[in-house]
Amino acid sequence: MAVKSYNAGVKEYRETYWMPDYTPKDTDLLACFKITPQAGVPREEVAAAVAAESSTGTWTTVWTDLLTDLDYYKGRAYAIEDVPGDDTCFYAFVAYPIDLFEEGSVVNVLTSLVGNVFGFKALRALRLEDIRFPVAYVMTCNGPPQGIQVERDIMNKYGRPLLGCTIKPKLGLSAKNYGRACYEGLRGGLDFTKDDENVNSQPFMRWRHRFDFVMEAILKAEAETGERKGHYLNVTAPTADEMMRRAEYAKEIGAPIIMHDYLTGGLSANTQLAQWCQNNGMLLHIHRAMHAVLDRNPHHGIHFRVLTKILRLSGGDHLHSGTVVGKLEGDRDATLGWIDTMRDSFIKEDRSRGLFFDQDWGSMPGVLPVASGGIHVWHMPALVSIFGDDSVLQFGGGTLGHPWGNAAGAAANRVAVEACVEARNSGRELEKESKDILTQAAKSSPELKIAMETWKEIKFEFDTVDKLDVKHK
Amino acid sequence: MSDVQDYKSSLANAESRKFETFSYLPAMTAEQTRKQIEYIVSKGWNPGIEHTEPENAISNYWYMWKLPMFGETNVDVILAELENCHKAHPKNHVRLLGFDNYSQSAGASMVIYRGKTV
Repeated sequence: MAVKSYNAGVKEYRETYWMPDYTPKDTDLLACFKITPQAGVPREEVAAAVAAESSTGTWTTVWTDLLTDLDYYKGRAYAIEDVPGDDTCFYAFVAYPIDLFEEGSVVNVLTSLVGNVFGFKALRALRLEDIRFPVAYVMTCNGPPQGIQVERDIMNKYGRPLLGCTIKPKLGLSAKNYGRACYEGLRGGLDFTKDDENVNSQPFMRWRHRFDFVMEAILKAEAETGERKGHYLNVTAPTADEMMRRAEYAKEIGAPIIMHDYLTGGLSANTQLAQWCQNNGMLLHIHRAMHAVLDRNPHHGIHFRVLTKILRLSGGDHLHSGTVVGKLEGDRDATLGWIDTMRDSFIKEDRSRGLFFDQDWGSMPGVLPVASGGIHVWHMPALVSIFGDDSVLQFGGGTLGHPWGNAAGAAANRVAVEACVEARNSGRELEKESKDILTQAAKSSPELKIAMETWKEIKFEFDTVDKLDVKHK
Repeated sequence: MSDVQDYKSSLANAESRKFETFSYLPAMTAEQTRKQIEYIVSKGWNPGIEHTEPENAISNYWYMWKLPMFGETNVDVILAELENCHKAHPKNHVRLLGFDNYSQSAGASMVIYRGKTV
């Protein structure tokens, strides 16, 4: 065994943490960072610094380093690549031994990987682009409470996307009026209605009244339509104890699904809630408020594909994914990359969709992507084509803004989604033939006809800010 | 307000009762049904037929018609079985499923013969 001696002082990071000959192990956690260094700092040095600061290192040598096998525990920067079309930054790939992370704790993983290192002075900016979680680590996490197949069985929805609607106005309705808005949408043919993210328990509508009125809406709509219905009861709360109290009550009154904001509510709370949902047969819808703060800047922060993986490990049955076609940001190829990351059991590296690593999910169930935000019936063919059956398509204004009210708006969307699925199954090309398919369906649905007239001219065609890194930029 | 159309649906009106995928569309023509069966076959799913009294449609367990037709890819054979089930239970909903044994779920489920809602 080699004997090391202690030399106090500062050592260049690359002597210890830059290992271009290292072959990552199957059990290593791999990360890809996009690094924008300060001028004049060599790439290898800054990549090594990132590996050090996100694992075992600190800025100076300490004698206690010699009490452990630091060479085993350290993170290793093992590769550097150019970023296509952008000379200001580069990709650095870092491998971390699995022992660095507590089992089943995405909290612990993120605290290491996006901790102090993001404020490091040698960097102008830093972005965590992707993580490869080794399957050995995946299997220590609880994951989605139920998963896609179980949700289909619980809700009795097969062979089509599920249909939802966020109740508006976001804030200010009384519980009874709010329940009315839900009931109308559900009786018109929606599978789910949804609390908006900032509906928690404000003075104008305390959570418990909302839960009671909404549950009556669900039960009546089920009796009336003969179909199963749900409403995402938002249990996001100031404390985890209060969150659990609301979740318990939702279960007590027979609600099939509850909801949580995983970033503002916090990952510890989310993981706790997801485990409770699994043990109590509840579905869990996940909202992502705050994500754009973290993921929209192309040079700094955490890419959404990482936040997607974090959620799948922490636990959730639905996750908002962007729509590609609606009012909120989302590049098409990148979106396809992260919706596969939510649903599939094995996803191959594919740089054209921003996927830097193979990701094996083992036996962990998948998460349904939720497309929501500025979409209406005219978007339906594109949505069915992009998202496929395993998705929730969620029309807020596109349901409630119907001139005849929520039930008619819901029926219009239900007819449209079924017409699109029927046409797709028959071999028709949805995006090319969209007008024809919808016009045909509207012949037997006056609700759809009016919806098509109402939203004919509304489009959201702004350029995407966070694009994939490609040469032509 | 005269332009606003009432949404006709109620507990009292049995026609308000739906039966999931495609129940918001008009009943399929024979040609449309054939295309849906071709889709199920092309996906490699196993066709299965179930039926129920319309008033019990919300139950998970409809009555199986015989057994799922494992490996059956002949559209005419599947159509004939649907018709046999319908003839034996003319008042019932008759649905066709496409069982996906990989996902352990139904990749498709649709009512082909609509029973009379009561």
